[in-house]
Amino acid sequence: MSRLTLDTVRHVARLSRLALTEAEEEATRKELEAVLAAMDAIAQVPTEQVEPTSHALLIGALWRADTVRPGLTNEEALANAPQARDGSFAVPRVIE
Amino acid sequence: MSTELTDLSLLELSNRLSEGTVTSRDATEACLRRIGEVDGTVRAFLRIDAEGALARADAADARAREGARLGPLDGVPLALKDNFLQEGRIVSAASKMLEHFVAPYDATVVQRLEGAGAVLLGHVNQDAFAMGSSTETSAFGCTGNPYDVTRTPGGSSGGSAAAVAAREIYGAMGTDTGGSIRQPAALTNTVGLKPTYGRVSRYGVISYASSLDQPGPLTRTVADAAAMLQVIAGVDEKDATSAPHAVPDFSAHLDRGVEGLRIGFVREHLGDGVDPEVRDALLAAAEAYEAMGATLVDVELPYSRQALATYYLIATAEASSNLARYDGVRYGHRAASPEDLNALYARSRSEGFGPEVKRRILLGTYALSAGFYDAYYVKAQKVRTLIRGDFDQAFQKVDVLMGPTSPVPAFKLGEKLEDPLAMYLMDVFTLPCNLAGLPGISVPCGFTGGGLPIGLQLIGRPWDEAGLLRVAAAYERHAPHHRRAPTL
Repeated sequence: MSRLTLDTVRHVARLSRLALTEAEEEATRKELEAVLAAMDAIAQVPTEQVEPTSHALLIGALWRADTVRPGLTNEEALANAPQARDGSFAVPRVIE
Repeated sequence: MSTELTDLSLLELSNRLSEGTVTSRDATEACLRRIGEVDGTVRAFLRIDAEGALARADAADARAREGARLGPLDGVPLALKDNFLQEGRIVSAASKMLEHFVAPYDATVVQRLEGAGAVLLGHVNQDAFAMGSSTETSAFGCTGNPYDVTRTPGGSSGGSAAAVAAREIYGAMGTDTGGSIRQPAALTNTVGLKPTYGRVSRYGVISYASSLDQPGPLTRTVADAAAMLQVIAGVDEKDATSAPHAVPDFSAHLDRGVEGLRIGFVREHLGDGVDPEVRDALLAAAEAYEAMGATLVDVELPYSRQALATYYLIATAEASSNLARYDGVRYGHRAASPEDLNALYARSRSEGFGPEVKRRILLGTYALSAGFYDAYYVKAQKVRTLIRGDFDQAFQKVDVLMGPTSPVPAFKLGEKLEDPLAMYLMDVFTLPCNLAGLPGISVPCGFTGGGLPIGLQLIGRPWDEAGLLRVAAAYERHAPHHRRAPTL
């Protein structure tokens, strides 16, 4: 397992939409590197014929009738909005 | 009167409510008084709705007077971990991100508990977003272990465990993703049950890792846990991962004992890293089971050595996806005056999330990112299959597995904060159960010389909570450690 670089940490932070300070970047790099070293053990486990498990006790799809039922009202959905306007969530300009 | 009342088990209280010798209002007021006396020290509760609780208590009393109690939980004061949505209440998963979030609907678990007449007193502390093993990552302060308040009650359901152990409440809901019900139970001399994955609906429970999370009860006795599970279990069409399996009577076999059962003992779980007093307590428990007529069988779970790595790759990957919803747009913390949309996201998230949550999101994102997805995430999912296979094989030879819940008793607050890995190792015995979807329980197994609780973990076959509870109850009858209350 190669060293975790600061570039990688910045890349992953960007993907996660997290803003790290320079100090946080280095601290994170060290911590993640140590954790990843512990994760490396599983690379040695032979898994050629093994299927991945995403759901431990697979039960198949749960169905219900396709009937419309009330959900949250517009008001309820906006109740926790940091900023709302005209029945919508307000955000900084998205399209220039 | 107050001390006696709060010392009762959930079912003991329930019996008195049926007999009419105690009212729900009496019990609720006793809990509130007890909380007033000790929670300044224990710090389990985040928010209490005394008025609402007393109103519900009065309603329960009216039903009791008519001889129309809804069931064993009617009128019983309970608490909720801070990740169970309760309509109209602030629910925050102990994170700054959701500090002012008002739940727009009830979790299914909450609906079922209220439908059964339970008096929900309030929300209790946890590690933020359920990520932790000590309740120290809560944004609202840490909780003390009632048996030694300089030590942790464990996590992430530390508030639930502490509130029950401190006799502030008769039972509490927790969630368990890697051990977060069972480990706190072990550290606080309480019973913590993680049901089979799919047994209890996750609808309205703030998500951490969707293929691992499972709500479950923390109580003082095994029978109490069975009673709570009875109310909350069962398929929910709002949770597509909840199982359509019939809900049996979980209390049906509590008195059957363990004669003729085969109990698997994983010897390597008593090796290095396990506190000698924990090891001794577990060996004594194994002897006790033999004396009760069970056959102890040595089993091996060779792939459980990989459980830590497997868990931390899968759980963090799922968490990175689940926590992507906290973007400052629709709810939760929003940064002030962001320059643009990206800044809105990045600053809101960085300000709202604590360091452990950020660490896990970054780890999970890395495990899923292009170039690493196969080596980390898919690989972990394959090893998960192998871990599950170990259990399938073991359950051909035995009916239940036993071992320590936690390798060590309650550690000092602050002791494991410098090294994330040291904290992750606290769950090394509980993680495999979540990966395999199996039901698991921790029951009080004794104390160290220093008075710290030790937990015995039992793991059962899928959907066999009744069998698991049976084996747990047998030990509890033999060694009722749960009766030893903390001195607060």
